[in-house]
Amino acid sequence: MDLTALLLSRLQFAFTISFHIIFPSFTIGLAAWLTVLEALHLATGRPAYRLVFEFWLKIFGVAFGLGVVSGVVMAFQFGSNWSVLARMSGPIQGPLLSYETFTAFFLEASFFGILLFGRSRVPPWFYLFSTGMVALGTTLSAFWIMANNSWMQVPVGYAIENGAFVPNDWFKILFSPVLWARFPHMLLASYLTGAFCVAATGAWYVLRREFAAEARIMLRMGLHLASVLLPLQLLFGHLNGEYVVHHQPAKMAAIEARWRDQKPASEVLLAWPDVANRRNLFAITLPPPFGSLIDSDSPTAAEVGLDSIPRQNWPPVLIPFFSFRIMVGCWLAMLLVAWGGSYLIYKERIERSRMLLWAAFLSFPLPFIATLTGWFTAEVGRQPWVVYGVLRTADAVTPFLTARTAMISLIVFCAVYSFIFAFGTFYIYQLLRAGPAGGLAQPPAAAIPNRPMSVVDRHHLTPAARRGTAGE
Amino acid sequence: MVMFWVAVLAISILLYVLLDGFDLGVGILFGLTRDEMRRHTMLGAVAPMWDGNETWLVVAGVILWGAFPIVYATLFSAFYLPLLLMLAGLILRGVAFEYRYKTERLRWVWDAGFVGGSLVAAFMQGLTVGALVKGLPVSGGQYTGGEFGWFSPFAVLCGVGLCLGYALLGACWLVKKCEADVRDAAYRLIPYLAVGLLVFLVVVFGYALAENLRILHRWLQRPYLFVFPAVGVIAALVAAASVRGRRDGAPYYMVALIFAVAFGTLAISFWPYMIPFSITVAEAAAPHSSLAFMFWGEGIIVFPLMLVYTAISYTVFRGKVRPMSDHY
Repeated sequence: MDLTALLLSRLQFAFTISFHIIFPSFTIGLAAWLTVLEALHLATGRPAYRLVFEFWLKIFGVAFGLGVVSGVVMAFQFGSNWSVLARMSGPIQGPLLSYETFTAFFLEASFFGILLFGRSRVPPWFYLFSTGMVALGTTLSAFWIMANNSWMQVPVGYAIENGAFVPNDWFKILFSPVLWARFPHMLLASYLTGAFCVAATGAWYVLRREFAAEARIMLRMGLHLASVLLPLQLLFGHLNGEYVVHHQPAKMAAIEARWRDQKPASEVLLAWPDVANRRNLFAITLPPPFGSLIDSDSPTAAEVGLDSIPRQNWPPVLIPFFSFRIMVGCWLAMLLVAWGGSYLIYKERIERSRMLLWAAFLSFPLPFIATLTGWFTAEVGRQPWVVYGVLRTADAVTPFLTARTAMISLIVFCAVYSFIFAFGTFYIYQLLRAGPAGGLAQPPAAAIPNRPMSVVDRHHLTPAARRGTAGE
Repeated sequence: MVMFWVAVLAISILLYVLLDGFDLGVGILFGLTRDEMRRHTMLGAVAPMWDGNETWLVVAGVILWGAFPIVYATLFSAFYLPLLLMLAGLILRGVAFEYRYKTERLRWVWDAGFVGGSLVAAFMQGLTVGALVKGLPVSGGQYTGGEFGWFSPFAVLCGVGLCLGYALLGACWLVKKCEADVRDAAYRLIPYLAVGLLVFLVVVFGYALAENLRILHRWLQRPYLFVFPAVGVIAALVAAASVRGRRDGAPYYMVALIFAVAFGTLAISFWPYMIPFSITVAEAAAPHSSLAFMFWGEGIIVFPLMLVYTAISYTVFRGKVRPMSDHY
């Protein structure tokens, strides 16, 4: 394949945004959960809630910091690599993203400092309020990002004047049904990510026979929450499918590997799509009308096949097809773990069921994989458009960008991100392994806010963790 | 509406320069000492604020995109490589704040990242301003300079100049926030940095004369602009007096005032151009529907709140940092 500036810019965007989304998807859910924990602690006075809170706050700090530094890059990349897009859609995307910076970033920065270092300086209700404000900040940030992306998926409320998208109806943009199906889908994904990371950590401690009281809370809250949210996520996932059917038939045809128009349609469960010959190899297919039922809630609906869409408007088929199936597979695996676990909790047998505990422990990557593959489906499936139906990705790239320059920046980003990611994950692992054994110790008085990651300074780690890193 | 967003943009950029300027400057000066206690105190003087300071850069970026999309698209694509290096520098110095305390054996790596990242970020910002003053090759609203169209000896000179300027701001901040040997070392540095900056200004002015830069003509057309350098000279005199008299609080504000008048001078000599001398504010402004949408929410409600948050943060952390912090 020819490494053009266009392809390299796409790779760079895909890499930096995929790297970035890992952290917000984790911290949005975690922030909400921390608020619940703090409220429970205030209501019941149980010290275990407080211990669990303090423990997850440290992990939140590291993930939040990595999310911030990787997010700054995104704010500049639209202009550097996609200047035609930036110029044309600036009147719409610019205000949406500026709302994110104004409403979310300063809220997060201010109250996060209180969260980390202000426990002894503010009354308990204000501390709970600050926790809620951080959670609100992360949620607002997600809202504006989804508003921005949903507009790129299904542009509404605009007119094209002098080669730019000029907004003429902000109400339509902010209350687009597409946005209100996708924003909850992303929020639920974040909550599930938080729930599974918490449950997996609890399961790990039970398997290691440590921190019994805290592990109990983590396992139970995590699995119960996931049990309730997973069916809800299916519902919102389905609502997302509806907008794709209506607005992006090419994406739907690629997701379903449907080559010909069908009425009613069949449903390909698994296959190897043979794009050159427009057919599926090794297909496992449900007969009609399952495809119509799944895509359009109707036993007789007609579904569009790729054959009736001009070849130049096709998205890549393999990536949406497989990433969608991986996402659904992760959902199914999470459902089995969450429901199986909740049943065993109900029977008071979970602490003895090593198989379920191992499954819960090993399931922590599932929500991350599901979030990433979900985004791959949405974004790769949107191709060849950057603003669906009106601006092609190929026309949006900075026209004078050379392949050499784009290659340099791609290499720099890959190197820097791998470097900081490797160390960040290592510190999170250290914290998780050390566990919530630190007791109810206050952070030292001289500790300073706005330093998300200072909470993991080795000083705070338990002796066990310090032994573990003594080799340094 | 356009003027409102010009004003908010100007305030955000100025706040960024004054605030992140001192913590980038401390990062640059950080390389001058090997003593762990001093380094620790220097970090403590900027650690509570640097994150919030840097957010003003993002604020300026998104205001540009939302209110002046053509400028955002043109500048950010024209300055592709400087921007990339600036971001890499900011990331490395950002994580260094935290990661250096996680390890002793690898601490030198993060410290090098902190100094190098601060230096690169400051240099790239100065270079960008220098290239703008010299004039970017733009025709028909499109940047036409290619990969290195921003490069010129003048731009490099401005990069060096801003490093010196930020270092001076940083030294004044250390004087304000620290005690004992860190403060004394900063006091000793200030004259050198100040003289360096003065030499830089003279060279820049001479260069502008020699090259007959277009921006110079605007000065002759608008003689009232000379009020700014006059204020700058007074501020410099007050700063010199307060350094001699060891009045810790004053130098930072005086140097900040010098930065502010320099910024004002530049802004007014660019006016009405946003990218001199090819794209004006009026040409660059987003449609009214975009500006109004931003104005009624983030403009008149959230922006004042952001200023309040910043003020609160600086009030909470006012005064000297304790040299013997027990945090680590």
